[in-house]
Amino acid sequence: MRPNDRRYRESHEWAQKQGDVLAVGITDHAVEQLGDLTFLDIKAKVGQKVKAGDLIAEIESVKTVADIYAPMDGEITAVNAPLGQDVEPLGQSPFEKGWIVKLRPASAGAYDQLLDAAAYEKGIAH
Amino acid sequence: MKQTPFHACHVRAGGRLVDFAGWHMPVQYASILDEVRRVRTGCGLYDLSHMGRVRIEGKDRIAAADRIFTNHVAKLKVGDIRYSLICNEQGNAIDDVLIYGESDAVFVVVNASNTDRDLAHMRELVKGHDARIVDLTEELAMCALQGPLSEKLLARSVVEKEALASLGYYKLMRGTVLGMQDVRISRTGYTGEDGFELYFPRQEAERVWDALLASGGSDLMPCGLGSRDTLRLEAGMPLYGHELGEEINPLEAGLDWAVKFAADKPFVGRAALERIKAAGPQRKLVGLIAEGKRIPRQGYAVRHGGADVGFVCSGTYSPTLDKNLATAYVPAALADGETSFEIDLRGTAIAARQTPLPFYKRQS
Repeated sequence: MRPNDRRYRESHEWAQKQGDVLAVGITDHAVEQLGDLTFLDIKAKVGQKVKAGDLIAEIESVKTVADIYAPMDGEITAVNAPLGQDVEPLGQSPFEKGWIVKLRPASAGAYDQLLDAAAYEKGIAH
Repeated sequence: MKQTPFHACHVRAGGRLVDFAGWHMPVQYASILDEVRRVRTGCGLYDLSHMGRVRIEGKDRIAAADRIFTNHVAKLKVGDIRYSLICNEQGNAIDDVLIYGESDAVFVVVNASNTDRDLAHMRELVKGHDARIVDLTEELAMCALQGPLSEKLLARSVVEKEALASLGYYKLMRGTVLGMQDVRISRTGYTGEDGFELYFPRQEAERVWDALLASGGSDLMPCGLGSRDTLRLEAGMPLYGHELGEEINPLEAGLDWAVKFAADKPFVGRAALERIKAAGPQRKLVGLIAEGKRIPRQGYAVRHGGADVGFVCSGTYSPTLDKNLATAYVPAALADGETSFEIDLRGTAIAARQTPLPFYKRQS
């Protein structure tokens, strides 16, 4: 079972409430599908306003590259710049050390629209 | 999806299985990068049973095969192996293959993705000859040991140890392997390292896989097709569907050495390739090293002087060289070993400098 202290998107991002902001990362399932990670290119900048589904980062593995999206509308308040130098902590610990950006949601209700852990797992089960 | 005779071994070992050309194949067992490093320094075991294995038999087999393949078949002695292209009338590649000289046949190993098309093409071309195409893909298992320790490890399972040790690169022998007699053993591979490929009855596959792994101990690990792709790209070897395809001819791919224009070599595509050779190919395959941490991928545009001039065929992070590598087609005039390019990496221009192929060559 994946952590219940956060919400998920079908595109394999997670969002966790930390005070009035959300930490955003990608799931262990995404990490496993990507294979050996080589680089995280964080596109979002602190202060940038993003819409749900906007590109916030691209992640490279030996075999492929994947987009990472904003889970909801909001403003970027922090980026995990060290992951741009060394992506390994994200691969080792996607739910703890792997946060990519923090975002102040534009509206309070958007978080509850995301999937809970059980619904996310149902989506990746087949 | 089709399953190779080693499928149960992959499942048991927890390999990550994906669809590869219609086959359920392991892309990796652990980490692709670890598997690459292991093959460069030790030994890796690969299931290659998805590849097509074909015998051309009959009295006229040599004449028929010299129509099919761009490389010489008539000059192939028993035990010799050569790389060759199969071309269409336009001189473009239908497939790239290995051809093996046998006493009573020409043995051919083709790409999994092209097996059906190759079989149909070859069957069409042997019509009118006393020659026939026999598909052995289902009945033979195929696996490879790749890496500098391959000879040492395989010798533990082969009776004819001296013959194995003296077997030259791109040569074929028959030997007794783990109790199986008359097994084809070739000193070939697709990794740029020393190594062997074995062909034997499919019902022996699981036993052989487990016995090879057991005899190799910690020097040997099972590897998936992901590492094989990175290894072959480091070694500058083309992959059909990337550096080769139905819109690409072997001369622009730098494979002139596998295309024989001798008088007694009437292969399909010859006339077109003679014209291309006389005029000189318009584009050429080059090796590129990309700056920065992003990896070029197939299809990305290659730019020079503000214009799109080519495209990336393959790209990878190379753990051996700790660089991001790519192959690309660029105009022949720019394939001078010096000109630098930009690769359009999803909207960001990345500098890329030419470097001679192969990127990696083993110390022999």
